[in-house]
Amino acid sequence: MSLHAALRNGTKSVFLRFEEALDAPFGGEDNPLRHLGALGLYLLWITVGSGLYLYAVLDTGIDAVYRSIGYLSSEQWYLGGILRSLHRYASDGFMLLMLLHLVREWSYGRYHGFRLYSWMTGVPLIWLAYIAGIGGYWIVWDQLAQLSATATTELLDWLPIFSEPSARNFMAPDSINDRFFTMLVFLHLGVPLLLILGLWAHVHRISHVDYLPSRRSMLGTLAALLVLSLLKPALSNPPANLATVPGDLGFDWFILFIHPLTDLSSPALIWTLLFGLTALLFILPVLPHPQPQPVATVDAANCTGCDRCLADCPYAAISMQPHPRRPGWQLAVVDADLCAACGICAGACPSSTPFRRQETLLTGIDMPQQPVNALREQLEQALAQFTGRSRIVVFSCARGADASTLAAADTAVIPLLCTGMLPPAFVEYALRGGADGVFVSTCRSGGCDFRLGERWTSERLLGQREPHLRKTVPAARLQLYPAAAHDSRNLANALAEFRTRLESVSSEKLPPYQRKASYHA
Amino acid sequence: MLKPAAIVGQLILYGAFAAFIGYFATSPKYRQIPDDVALIKLSISHLGDRECRKRTPEELAKLPPNMRAPMDCPRERSDIRLEVDFDGQPAFRTVMHPTGLYKDGVSTVYKRFELKAGKHQVAVRMNDKLIKPGFNFSKEAEVTLVPGQVMVIDFNPDHGGLFFK
Repeated sequence: MSLHAALRNGTKSVFLRFEEALDAPFGGEDNPLRHLGALGLYLLWITVGSGLYLYAVLDTGIDAVYRSIGYLSSEQWYLGGILRSLHRYASDGFMLLMLLHLVREWSYGRYHGFRLYSWMTGVPLIWLAYIAGIGGYWIVWDQLAQLSATATTELLDWLPIFSEPSARNFMAPDSINDRFFTMLVFLHLGVPLLLILGLWAHVHRISHVDYLPSRRSMLGTLAALLVLSLLKPALSNPPANLATVPGDLGFDWFILFIHPLTDLSSPALIWTLLFGLTALLFILPVLPHPQPQPVATVDAANCTGCDRCLADCPYAAISMQPHPRRPGWQLAVVDADLCAACGICAGACPSSTPFRRQETLLTGIDMPQQPVNALREQLEQALAQFTGRSRIVVFSCARGADASTLAAADTAVIPLLCTGMLPPAFVEYALRGGADGVFVSTCRSGGCDFRLGERWTSERLLGQREPHLRKTVPAARLQLYPAAAHDSRNLANALAEFRTRLESVSSEKLPPYQRKASYHA
Repeated sequence: MLKPAAIVGQLILYGAFAAFIGYFATSPKYRQIPDDVALIKLSISHLGDRECRKRTPEELAKLPPNMRAPMDCPRERSDIRLEVDFDGQPAFRTVMHPTGLYKDGVSTVYKRFELKAGKHQVAVRMNDKLIKPGFNFSKEAEVTLVPGQVMVIDFNPDHGGLFFK
């Protein structure tokens, strides 16, 4: 294993542990670590919303800008002061979540293949976020702004981009004028607008985007920031005076950490670090990584053009086009560059039902590495070999908790690319084929490697999404269990409980289905 | 419906998030230079001189009437030599090169010096026409720097050349 892979796996393991721990108080839907992107975007909207008010009341001018912002904190603390604090703390939170999001996606290996576009479009956003954040501090024009403006321009001057040192603009009190702040305000509006545009591009190629976290997460986060704003309102440092060097300053380490880092080292080292890290992020996708899995394939003869695969694909890899041989029909088309090879489309296809009488089950859209025909054969084989009192079929996610240890004479374990690729009819087919119960081990809520697998599985099996499990299937004979990677023991316990429950269940078993005389019933 | 333990857990974790943000948004405090130190910023932006030649009457006669400029000046600017001493000790020596593809732009320098507060002898010398030896601009003075003060060494030919501010 390479050093990079070891580092990545180590970090992933830490993230997994924390995510699983946070599931206890938050649950999957509200777990902040499982929704870092959406939560970050929410903080950005708080920053933008509060910033609009600050922009409306800001007076641009060397003294006026400091006075008008100070007025908000001292005289209008109940509105302007709180919004100012929210603006600062939400932007700090955004920086924190953005970095966590970056590290998490890297540790999960989500930077190549079908995720390449999102990764590449995400990297420049880091620069935009810091430019917007640092520029925002200048607007206050207090001593912290002075320090940041001077330090930033001195850092920029190391690059051969200006004919005259830009730091000359901050040499003496008379070096700057009121127009500087007008320009700064427009810059502080323009860069965040670019950031929002970039974020749109960042999520452009995925479907069912979580633009916002859950309502409970939003309320909790907003409440936390509001309490912080009341207890510790954001205040200005003393006004800037370019004739003196600022003394001890309350310092925002989330955004301005680069200045102490430059003071400790040198501009050359900082630029090397910044450009080096950026280049590293860009070349990560071309480093060696596992070969991509075969993508979904469409069988034109069996595709009815119902577009359920289009509706369920988490990565917008499917589009519908006119069928080449059936006038008026549609045909699903897979974009190989976008396909995650999760199989969710195969699970969504109505043609994937195992009750079809064909010798070889051909469906509309299928996964070459685990076709539904192979899945049916595997299930039929398992059903034929079953012994024991309560026979259970376990469908598990190959990327989630390891269920292979559950296999026994009365328990058949069938791992899937993602539980989202399980056509709901397979549950009924298993029960009619001799199983007493079906246990589906999905990922925990929000923990699916393919974003939506666990959600679609639950909704389909609970009858909330097409294709749904028929209502005639006794609910007591089906168990959905969300399990994370380290949940193997919990999984075994849940299966044992399910078995106990099955043994006491009184509901009728479904009548056997005889697909073909030569097959079992 | 959330269990009470989950609610308490969420309250603690949201509180920890807010505390983390609140603390590192202002703390620990940062100070750029020690409290007994002053800062001298040397910042000069100046066009080096050019080596001009007076045209002879014959040369002028050959030129079209509208182009008979008496001086023939090249586009390129001279490098600028600069020396700075503090308390008689050399602190900075440089030769500034003109910017631009044709070396016809300004020559610039920007440098920060941290000095202990107190009295210092500051001397600056500059030559903006290197074909001539020595320095055609110089400024020397005893300055008293207070802690945290920023003193600027700049150049403006319209204000007598080198100056301290």
